[in-house]
Amino acid sequence: MNTQTENPTSITDSADTRGALIELDSLSWHHPGRENPTLNSLSLTIKPGEKVLLLGPSGAGKSTLLHAIAGVLYDQDGQSASGSITINGVPAEQARGLIALMQQDPESSVVLSRVGDDVAFGAENMAVEPSQIWQRVQESLNAVGLGHLELERSTAALSGGQKQRLGLAGILAMRPAALALDEPTANLDPEGVIEVRDAVLAAASTTGATLLVVEHRVGIWSPFMDRVIVLGTDGTISHDGTPEQVLGAARDELIAGGVWVPEYEPELPAFSAPAPGRSLIAARKLGISRVTPTRKSLKIRRAQVKKHPEPIELNLEAVKNYTPQALRDITELSLHEGEHISLLGPNGAGKSTLALTLAGLLYPVAGRLEASRALRTARGGEKIQAHWDIASWNPAQLVSRIGYVFQEPEYQFVTSRVRDELQVGPRRVAALEHRTVDEAELAARTDELLERLRLTHVQDANPFTLSGGEKRRLSVATALATRPQVLILDEPTFGQDARTWAELVQLIRRLVSEGVAVLSITHDEAYTRALGGAHIRLENVHSMTNGLQAEENTHE
Amino acid sequence: MNNDIFSSIIRRDSFFGRLNAGLKMGVMFLLIIAIMITKDPVTSLGFFGAQVLLVSLCGFNLLRLSFYLWPLLVALLTTGWSTALLAPKTGQILWDFGLNSISTGSLEVAVNMMLRALAMTIPSLVFVMSTDPTDLGDALAQRWRLPARFVLAALVALRLVGVLFGEWHALGQARRARGLGAGQSWWGRVRTAAGQCFALLVQAIRRGSRLAVTMEARGFGAGRRTWARESTVSRADYLVLAVSVLIIVAVYGLSAALGSLTFIWG
Amino acid sequence: MKNYRWRVNEIVVLAVLAAACSVLFAIWNTAVYPAAKGLLVATPEYRPLIGGVWLLAGVLCGYIIRRPGAALAGELIAAFISSMLPGGAGASGEILLSGLIQGIGAEIIFALFLYKRWDALTALLAGALSGAFMGVSELIIYYAGVYEGSKAFVYALCSIISGAILAGGVSWLLTRALAQTGVLASLASGAQSRRA
Repeated sequence: MNTQTENPTSITDSADTRGALIELDSLSWHHPGRENPTLNSLSLTIKPGEKVLLLGPSGAGKSTLLHAIAGVLYDQDGQSASGSITINGVPAEQARGLIALMQQDPESSVVLSRVGDDVAFGAENMAVEPSQIWQRVQESLNAVGLGHLELERSTAALSGGQKQRLGLAGILAMRPAALALDEPTANLDPEGVIEVRDAVLAAASTTGATLLVVEHRVGIWSPFMDRVIVLGTDGTISHDGTPEQVLGAARDELIAGGVWVPEYEPELPAFSAPAPGRSLIAARKLGISRVTPTRKSLKIRRAQVKKHPEPIELNLEAVKNYTPQALRDITELSLHEGEHISLLGPNGAGKSTLALTLAGLLYPVAGRLEASRALRTARGGEKIQAHWDIASWNPAQLVSRIGYVFQEPEYQFVTSRVRDELQVGPRRVAALEHRTVDEAELAARTDELLERLRLTHVQDANPFTLSGGEKRRLSVATALATRPQVLILDEPTFGQDARTWAELVQLIRRLVSEGVAVLSITHDEAYTRALGGAHIRLENVHSMTNGLQAEENTHE
Repeated sequence: MNNDIFSSIIRRDSFFGRLNAGLKMGVMFLLIIAIMITKDPVTSLGFFGAQVLLVSLCGFNLLRLSFYLWPLLVALLTTGWSTALLAPKTGQILWDFGLNSISTGSLEVAVNMMLRALAMTIPSLVFVMSTDPTDLGDALAQRWRLPARFVLAALVALRLVGVLFGEWHALGQARRARGLGAGQSWWGRVRTAAGQCFALLVQAIRRGSRLAVTMEARGFGAGRRTWARESTVSRADYLVLAVSVLIIVAVYGLSAALGSLTFIWG
Repeated sequence: MKNYRWRVNEIVVLAVLAAACSVLFAIWNTAVYPAAKGLLVATPEYRPLIGGVWLLAGVLCGYIIRRPGAALAGELIAAFISSMLPGGAGASGEILLSGLIQGIGAEIIFALFLYKRWDALTALLAGALSGAFMGVSELIIYYAGVYEGSKAFVYALCSIISGAILAGGVSWLLTRALAQTGVLASLASGAQSRRA
């Protein structure tokens, strides 16, 4: 690090680390295999201690820029990068430890399996004296509000917000001069968002570190920032100034780019849900659990299901060794045609567990869960109607009746081509109904679905190579391909830009109007408002006395 | 989803738990190789007895491990079975099933092999049950001078095993939700299962790439690093090493005196 | 100008890939292996036919990462993780030793091609030699004095065939499919498929 010329800052400096000066000189970056450069000749100076919010539409290269500044972007072929980035005069790749990076996925913020080791990791890499490390570890944990955790504690059991704060502690233990955060709160529930943001702001103000945040929910950060920089789709800076200036001047541009600017919600026409129709799924005294049931208990269950052609209460608990981590008292729940239900509550309350159970992807451990007659009816050439016990359906019966959209779209991809992905379900249903596939009809339907979800231009691409918004739309499309009567979505709007958000809302409204029963797990209040319908709120198991509270039941 | 599959196993507060993990691994290899290169029943039994006795004297409750022993016993029996079938058919034929047969001679060889395998499970079990992988990593990188970057990456990967198992289940649910699995032709089911394996690898590589960014941003791989926790070797460690060498010498000696000691090349 | 120092990305991806392989081994060992073993119960000398799966970590890591030592490191890390899982606890020593032996087998082939030739043949040969190392070492260590000439030959041959197909062929196919998803973009194997 002998190139250091001005503002000498030692990495292992004592308590008050000063902020880093970040200078970009005509920085360009061209991803191999892409047509246009992601970053196009950017020049920029960020003053020590400045708090900067970096905005731009999806795909504008915000993450690439942040990675470049953090010195973790590699030019493998030597043809991608040009220009320079210096941190306090040191080239970014050599400025290890001066600048820290945090990513979106909480699981990627944790490195090692014990809390103490994880925080110590960065300090060890910076060759800090072992005697100083543990002191730094404790200080850093205190700084992010995790001082109460034992150092020996396993990192696996922490919540998403805690993992992000642990990651921040690991960063602070390195005493960095700048923090670069890449959508640090995008994957968190509302409590986690505030918890992490406040920890970041507190750390920035006590250490004086320069702060760089990429986030497309602008309102979370903008009141606390000194400066907002907007990247355009052409890889250049389109706006740069104080939050007031930029959010005023660039408001329309940001909205057009799908950025969530403060006090903005995409405009949607008024929506009135139809009157709910027949019941499709009904549950009583339902017990749910993630624990995989034993083979023996499943055998007993199967025998019971076979014996009873009409719905009864089934109990998996009767089997020994079974430790239920079940949520009790989901006393009454039903899903009707043309109805939208929002499933709300903090992470860890069992929302996904409930949704997976309703969708026949987990076994209910207690109580009664039935497919109502309207959902059981034999479809097309199906020989027999479906059983009332959804968990015992075969996958083809399931896909013809209940669509499920996972939070992680990639989990659902089973082919190597977007177009094929949309035909998997219909082909399975055709096999179930003992009919040959009408290729022309299927092609037409696939085209229509591609069109409706704006995926026509990528129909021959590999699903894994799509952008985040495209993946989300594709995963919804795969669930719709078989025209199920019930659609269940797990956090459909997580991390989506405003444009995809509005499309999803419109799509789901249309489905509801057509009589589909939709249940969405969500933290997104705007989404819940836009769709209306009933709310179900699950509370954390520990504090739960009455797990299910029907808050309001207004069909607007 | 149980992401923490090791915590219930590790007993760090036991006598063996306090030993240096790296040296403990060395001792384990020493004993296993010493057993591995012999094939007579007396030596195997000698090792088995001496190990069980000493381990129990040190306060390590082997019975507590019975949960882990049954799959081992199954494995032992199948090894014994196949050995009985594979070994030369000396002596009297006991069972003949046309395709193959078992004789007194081949059965004897099989029993010998099973005893040997049983003797080898003791050091393995004691090592795994008493060792926290993090401590092992510390020892391997600091004392054994294995490349630190690889050792730490292995620890990170080990932490992710629970996450990956959870992901495997989620991928299975997603396949069911897509209409795949039961009800498909056998070839379709093989393809679905293969697709699930593939999807797991995709997620693993994505995870690995993201974690690599985190680790690199925390200065990993930049150069010299320090260790917050020093991996130390104490007198107890050398004592265990010495006792292990003693066991080997004593068992070999006893077995030789009884005229039984046979090596695999003998 | 080629840089011979491993990048952090390569090391961590290798380790996580090896972990995923050991998860697949654990699933294979409980879901498939017992049934397959049952089929071969009367003719155990053919059992290595289904053993090639355990060689996947070495060949796959070597073939994807394309660095000297990647195959050995991959098989060793997978063995380390397998030995720490409940199913492997009673045989941790043997698992680690066989991981070392099998990893060396795969590594030798990649080294013989000077880490320059990356096609189906390389993968198949790496799998085959890894299989040979597995079969022969098991014959010496576990079946010393047990086998007769022809049975030993069958045992070794089955190991080689299984290694070539289940580890070599599968690694080649997997790498091709993985490259199409774009996840290998930052690795040498991804760069090759981009050029092609």
